[in-house]
Amino acid sequence: MFIIGERINGMFKDVKVAIEKKDKSVIQGLAKKQVECSANALDVNVGPASDKPKEVMEWLVKTIAEVTDIPLAIDTTKEDVMEAGLALCKSKPIINSVNANQDKMDSLFALAKKYNASIIGLTMDKSGIPKDAERRLELAMKIVASCLEHGIDLQDLYIDAVILPVNVAQPHAKEVLKTIRDSKMLSDPPPKTILGLSNVSQGSLPQYKALINRTFLTMAIGAGLDAAILDVTDNDLVDAGITSELLMEKQLYCDSYLAAYRKK
Amino acid sequence: MDRVIEKWQDKVSEVVLGATKAEGGSRDKAIKIGGGTGVYFLQGEDACPNLPVIAMEVWDMVPESWPESLKANFNDALKDPVEWAGMCVDKFSADLICLRLASTHPDSKDTSPEDAAKTVEKVLKAVKVPLVVIGSLAREKDNDVIVHCTEAAKGENCLFGIAVQDNYKTLTAACLSGRHCIISEAPIDINIAKQLNILICDMQFPSDKIIIHHATGALGYGLEYTYSIMERTRLAGLSGDRMLSMPMINFVGQEVWRTKEAKTGDEVSKDWGSAKDRGALLEMATAVAYINAGADILVMNHPKAVEETRKVIKELCIK
Repeated sequence: MFIIGERINGMFKDVKVAIEKKDKSVIQGLAKKQVECSANALDVNVGPASDKPKEVMEWLVKTIAEVTDIPLAIDTTKEDVMEAGLALCKSKPIINSVNANQDKMDSLFALAKKYNASIIGLTMDKSGIPKDAERRLELAMKIVASCLEHGIDLQDLYIDAVILPVNVAQPHAKEVLKTIRDSKMLSDPPPKTILGLSNVSQGSLPQYKALINRTFLTMAIGAGLDAAILDVTDNDLVDAGITSELLMEKQLYCDSYLAAYRKK
Repeated sequence: MDRVIEKWQDKVSEVVLGATKAEGGSRDKAIKIGGGTGVYFLQGEDACPNLPVIAMEVWDMVPESWPESLKANFNDALKDPVEWAGMCVDKFSADLICLRLASTHPDSKDTSPEDAAKTVEKVLKAVKVPLVVIGSLAREKDNDVIVHCTEAAKGENCLFGIAVQDNYKTLTAACLSGRHCIISEAPIDINIAKQLNILICDMQFPSDKIIIHHATGALGYGLEYTYSIMERTRLAGLSGDRMLSMPMINFVGQEVWRTKEAKTGDEVSKDWGSAKDRGALLEMATAVAYINAGADILVMNHPKAVEETRKVIKELCIK
């Protein structure tokens, strides 16, 4: 499982305050902690409140780069902020994200080529997030086709079927699982699949959030999920993910399989 | 149609055997093995940075169990490990010497650990290639013998063996303190192989000083079991399983020369071919199968088999 740590996001209060105060230690502490917890990449999002998103993104990427060279997922909808982040990355970056609108794909895939970045492609477009798996797959296919036209290696593409909070959009979860399963049939080699996991429990009672995330992660891995943006500091969550991959035979069994995974 | 080239996310770890003067040893040069970024010899996929190497086996006593067709290649050198090792390097161009301390077995000469360590020192002085050193496979005695030998060879970065699940702690500690590499063995069980590597690494042993041995079967004697488990190990390692991404070793000579096909002389049916060539052919065929399975070190006995295997390695590596 390719894990992208979600914590460096201006939506979290500690990050928001750190950005305002230009407090490097909080950001660097979160970066180091997530790497220790076996993150394979770190999400970087300036948050919705920032009035100078480009400068903040540059500051965040530089600040993180001082303590780790782990790949970063530049998480923004603004193209100038995206490019500012990509340009400063030391390791192969990830574009988080692009939707299935042709104009977005054309401009962001060009950036992906320029900076040799992987891409997270959302199965949504101008008309929003589809209700069913079929329409999601249609959009996924559009992204795959556009990637091929731009000469992007499909092994660098992660399809995100966009999970919505279960408390308000309950029917979506099973459609997302079907999309993950059927995405593997879109091409050969197939695109990878990814989820922004925490969204599933957004708005649910705090005491159940971790349980909902954990349960959905195991179901998604059962459907063939390759990667997730999640709270990598939640040990039970990561343990459940590792165990799901073990049961799917993605990792070879050994008695200390949890420790073995974390030795990576 | 475009060829689909698999892009692996990880690579086989690169292990260095032997240490030069600058590195605290006395070898002429160190040998690098592993480091592959794809399935070996698969054109287009593998960068093949380090070719498989051949270690020739040298015993610390005359190998009485060897048939004449094998012994004849070494004659009197078999009586002296120093001369024997020199012959393997000078005459047969062995990349490494694998010193087997067979005489330390309690049922053999029960040579003392101190004397075994002296033999290691002598061989290290006589030849300048890196050394593989294994005991007599009597586990308890081996612990004692290897502890003395790792100390005697301190700084030379030898490859010592053989650590198994029930007996790895002493060997690991000895290799750690003498800064040597270690052979980790789990016979035909990939799950235990992975577990053993974790246990060894848990003792703060560096993972890039471990070589995996899955047991070796001679051609016709279970080779296919080892072959498929080695393939699986390699694919797991390339897919990112760091506890299975180590290079692999096969004791080809040891297994081939205990088969009846290799040991029997000319008294059998002519269909078997002459005893002079039969064992060497069998050893070469077994070795070639293992380099295709992903072997990085082949421990071999017969000079002709060594020569022919080396030719195959070179041919396979032409891009």
